[in-house]
Amino acid sequence: MKLFISLLAVLVLIILPLILVANGGDSIRYLFGVIVPYVGIAVFLFGIIYRVLHWARSPVPFRIVTTCGQQRSLPWIKSSKLENPHTIWGVLGRMLLEVLCFRSLFRNTKVELHEGPKLAYGADKWLWAAGLAFHWSLLIIFLRHFKYFAEPVPYFVTVIQNLDGFFQVGLPILYITDIIVVVALTYIFLRRVFVPQVRYISLPADYFALFLLLGITISGIVVRYFFKTDIVGVKELGTGLLSFHPVVPASIGVSFFIHLFLVSCLLMYFPFSKLMHMGGVFLSPTRNLVNNSRAKRHINPWNYPVKVHTYEEYEDEFREVMRAAGLPLEKE
Amino acid sequence: MRDKGRIIIGLVIFLILITFPVWYNVARGKAGYVPQLEKPATVKQCVRDTSFMKAHHMDLLDEWRDRVVRKGEVMDIDMAGKPVEMSLTRTCLGCHHNREAFCNRCHSYMDVSPYCWDCHVDPKETK
Ligand code: HEC
Ligand code: HEC
Ligand code: HEC
Repeated sequence: MKLFISLLAVLVLIILPLILVANGGDSIRYLFGVIVPYVGIAVFLFGIIYRVLHWARSPVPFRIVTTCGQQRSLPWIKSSKLENPHTIWGVLGRMLLEVLCFRSLFRNTKVELHEGPKLAYGADKWLWAAGLAFHWSLLIIFLRHFKYFAEPVPYFVTVIQNLDGFFQVGLPILYITDIIVVVALTYIFLRRVFVPQVRYISLPADYFALFLLLGITISGIVVRYFFKTDIVGVKELGTGLLSFHPVVPASIGVSFFIHLFLVSCLLMYFPFSKLMHMGGVFLSPTRNLVNNSRAKRHINPWNYPVKVHTYEEYEDEFREVMRAAGLPLEKE
Repeated sequence: MRDKGRIIIGLVIFLILITFPVWYNVARGKAGYVPQLEKPATVKQCVRDTSFMKAHHMDLLDEWRDRVVRKGEVMDIDMAGKPVEMSLTRTCLGCHHNREAFCNRCHSYMDVSPYCWDCHVDPKETK
């Protein structure tokens, strides 16, 4: 049920531009080509700023030292510099490995109940592998798209694109990431459907994010390989949008508008969804804190000085009433 | 302790990176550039419809390549129903003489670099 609601939502997002742009006039094209993308970009940027500033207000009173490594203490006790860093460089290392290699996910285990009954824990690297493949492909695809927004095309974009099309399969050349991203997303989706425990905790938002991303990647593939349009016009639109002189060339076809609309929806959805883990991962307290509690005193900012009401003061305040009620008093 | 300062620095770095195309275009000042292609002077019509050529010329070339190399055919029919030889150098460059001012100008705008010219010759270049 949750799955079908999300699927239906994404299908509506696909059908909407399909029907409207195919039958509408110039004003509809302007709406889907200029206004919706601008709204998407604005909501994305301001949403992210809002969310991150909101997070930044949280106090960080103490260090979390219960990570899986020996904390630094006496010089002859070997400490774990990466698991339990006591310098900012150690934290940087831990953070980089987390963000670039998903180290926490690498430790993912699965629990199985065997006959006996025997409980067994085993390594489960599939989610890690699919997650890594998906995120890296998405980054490469994202960077490749800079060619539609920047003129002249920056050198690093050309390099990435040539590496991505390294095997020179087909014409136009097939990008390897186009395949990896769809396969990885499909795996992540199927895992959600077929692993009972994961399905049990899945919400519509979990499926929606996956369907939206699948919709975007597949519609992009469709524009590039199947229902091609005038890509030169697409670049005119892209550079026009980002230099604030938007134009919508008449030669751009509907297939591209579907792609663009799904991306605009993602931009609007992003800051208010679980996808904000893009920024959140940098704020994980078990990853980003220097564990120097033994070397440095950390003072809690919010309860110092604390206003207290001691028992002595309490007794002073209520002595007469308490005596009248016959309660024992410490001071007569 | 609050980490406000560091978080805001991180946020600013993110915003600078994500808006890269905007300030890159401002710095380079070429955002409004659209390649001006040198169209053939004597003929008015390509081998297919212009809008088809814009989106699908690589498909046509792919089809021609397969038909010549794998099926041994030589001629195709153009828009006007006239036979044309399926040749990259002789046909395409036969009308679009100046590859630099046509194919390449558009390709460098779109950041495509077909590897065809590793083998195929552009008569202009060999001169
Ligand atoms: C109006 C702009 C334009 C012109 C003019 C143009 N092309 Fe292209 N060409 C493109 C675009 C855009 C692509 C990339 C399509 C894609 O990436 O999906 C492309 C791709 C190609 C490809 C496939 C290469 C690859 O790596 O995918 C070949 C081959 C090609 N063009 C040949 C030619 C030849 C030969 C000419 C000159 C006779 C020419 N093109 C003129 C825009 C143009
Ligand atoms: C008979 C001469 C002729 C031949 C042969 C020819 N073209 Fe063209 N081509 C033209 C003309 C003329 C135009 C301009 C049509 C127009 O502006 O409407 C054109 C337009 C194009 C365009 C669209 C440019 C744009 O953005 O307006 C592309 C791409 C293209 N040709 C590629 C090719 C390729 C690839 C081949 C070889 C398969 C080829 N042409 C063969 C004459 C030719
Ligand atoms: C490895 C070298 C090589 C590369 C790279 C190459 N070709 Fe060719 N191509 C050939 C050879 C050799 C023939 C001639 C085959 C024959 O005549 O039987 C040919 C024939 C063709 C033909 C038909 C005959 C003719 O005269 O044009 C077309 C069309 C063609 N290639 C298109 C392309 C396109 C488009 C590309 C780039 C995407 C490309 N080729 C890249 C070697 C190459």
